[in-house]
Amino acid sequence: MRPLLIAQIGLTLFVFIMLLNSAAVMVYVERKVAAFLQQRVGPYRVGWQGVLQPLADIVKLLFKEELRPKAADAFLFALAPIISATCAFAAFSVVPFGAETTLGGLLPEALALQVADVNVAILVVFAIASMSVYGIVLAGWSSNSKYSLLGGLRSSAQMISYELSYGLALASVLVVANSLSLTEIVNRQAGAWFGVIPRWFVFLQPVAFLIYLTAGIAETNRAPFDFPEAEQELVAGYHTEYSSMSFAMFFLAEYVNMVTVSAVATNLFLGGWHGPFLPEYLGWIWFLIKVGAILFFYVWTRWTLPRYRYDQLMAFGWKVLLPVAVINLIVTAAGVLYFEL
Amino acid sequence: MIFYVFAAIAVVASLLVIAQRNPIYSVLLLIASFGALSGLYVLLDAPFIAVIQIIVYAGAIMVLFLFVVMLLNAPHEDVERDEYTHTHRGAPGDVAPPQLLVATLSMRLGAVLAVALVVELVWALGRGESEFGVAAVSSVSAIGHLLFTDYSFAFEVTSILILVAMVGAVVLARREAS
Repeated sequence: MRPLLIAQIGLTLFVFIMLLNSAAVMVYVERKVAAFLQQRVGPYRVGWQGVLQPLADIVKLLFKEELRPKAADAFLFALAPIISATCAFAAFSVVPFGAETTLGGLLPEALALQVADVNVAILVVFAIASMSVYGIVLAGWSSNSKYSLLGGLRSSAQMISYELSYGLALASVLVVANSLSLTEIVNRQAGAWFGVIPRWFVFLQPVAFLIYLTAGIAETNRAPFDFPEAEQELVAGYHTEYSSMSFAMFFLAEYVNMVTVSAVATNLFLGGWHGPFLPEYLGWIWFLIKVGAILFFYVWTRWTLPRYRYDQLMAFGWKVLLPVAVINLIVTAAGVLYFEL
Repeated sequence: MIFYVFAAIAVVASLLVIAQRNPIYSVLLLIASFGALSGLYVLLDAPFIAVIQIIVYAGAIMVLFLFVVMLLNAPHEDVERDEYTHTHRGAPGDVAPPQLLVATLSMRLGAVLAVALVVELVWALGRGESEFGVAAVSSVSAIGHLLFTDYSFAFEVTSILILVAMVGAVVLARREAS
């Protein structure tokens, strides 16, 4: 077997396992940060400072009984969490997280730190994000419960509305970067202006960055846009009827989606693995720091802002976010033409 | 080899779309068929078209389909069979109800289309794979360039068509509200 092939397979497994781990870490971080924001201690009994809490959660979920409502559509009820989790993992496959490396000379050729180098990577991320809505919608419908159905319907309406702004924010970055490949976009952001300000697209496209973050929250169905769940009105929304591991798969999908949205934001706006002080081959450390910062921002907003009203959410998506995104795209295109960037 | 897998999925899923009684399953099978088609585009070295296929058809249009089917809570289509037996029991010379006509017509149309599809598939396979030439349409800039030069008329006409449809939808929705 060729060493490069083995390395590629190893890399794929590595990414998969790290994504699983990231979900566990995020559960812990979420609970701890929530606790601090609410002046509580949070989990602290399992392991040092409660670091083994996610493990305990997983064991609990594994041993719970799998329940299914009598009137549910058995096939779709089982399929929905699978779609959710698959889409979450598949989206990360085109996200690069470090510069090309030979692992300190172990490999004859440089290995790109990403599962699949597709030249339309951004569109693939977008396509898979648009497919993930099926998991939620089908979960809501197949449960045959009114709370689930309402959650599923709300989420499909919400995701369709925010996908437009999300796509337009991506498009303005594409116009600036003049490429659809994420690796290419990251490499365009290397270096610094005047030797001080890094050449990150967040400085060229601040509006697109804000739109992306907002739409990203809506796409991952998190507070203040967590209408698919909305505990106070819908019990638990689309996953009301789910228990045990199928419930865990929805949770896993939510956290992995968060990680993917943050990783893509890092690549598009924050210069990916480029940063000062560290040599190129340690770029993944910068990548982790930046992704961590965005993830912290997501957790922070969730526990700070109350949920919007549903009509406010739709009005905001269609009447504020979308026009701003369209104008931003037009201005960007005009600017690129005028300054010939 | 992969081509046959995708082609088989596309054909079987498309056939099952019209054979299903539950509209939700029909929608899902249509999505599967679109997914297989996009796989075929990837094999043709056109990843851009493949991804656009997923985004536009599977990601946007079919979500709306699913949305409507779920909102209307469309019942399983057992209606046509019931009507069929009903009219057979009736007196000879009874005029068939319009639903029955539509149902039988659509079933025949479906059968004809299925046969045509199979014939075409056999024909296409018989010609050998050299016909599926590798046209280099992967470049996004090439597609954009063609769209705004050689095919700009078609592009603009399509835009106007979509605009008309949009205005029409708004007008219809407003009339219903008042």
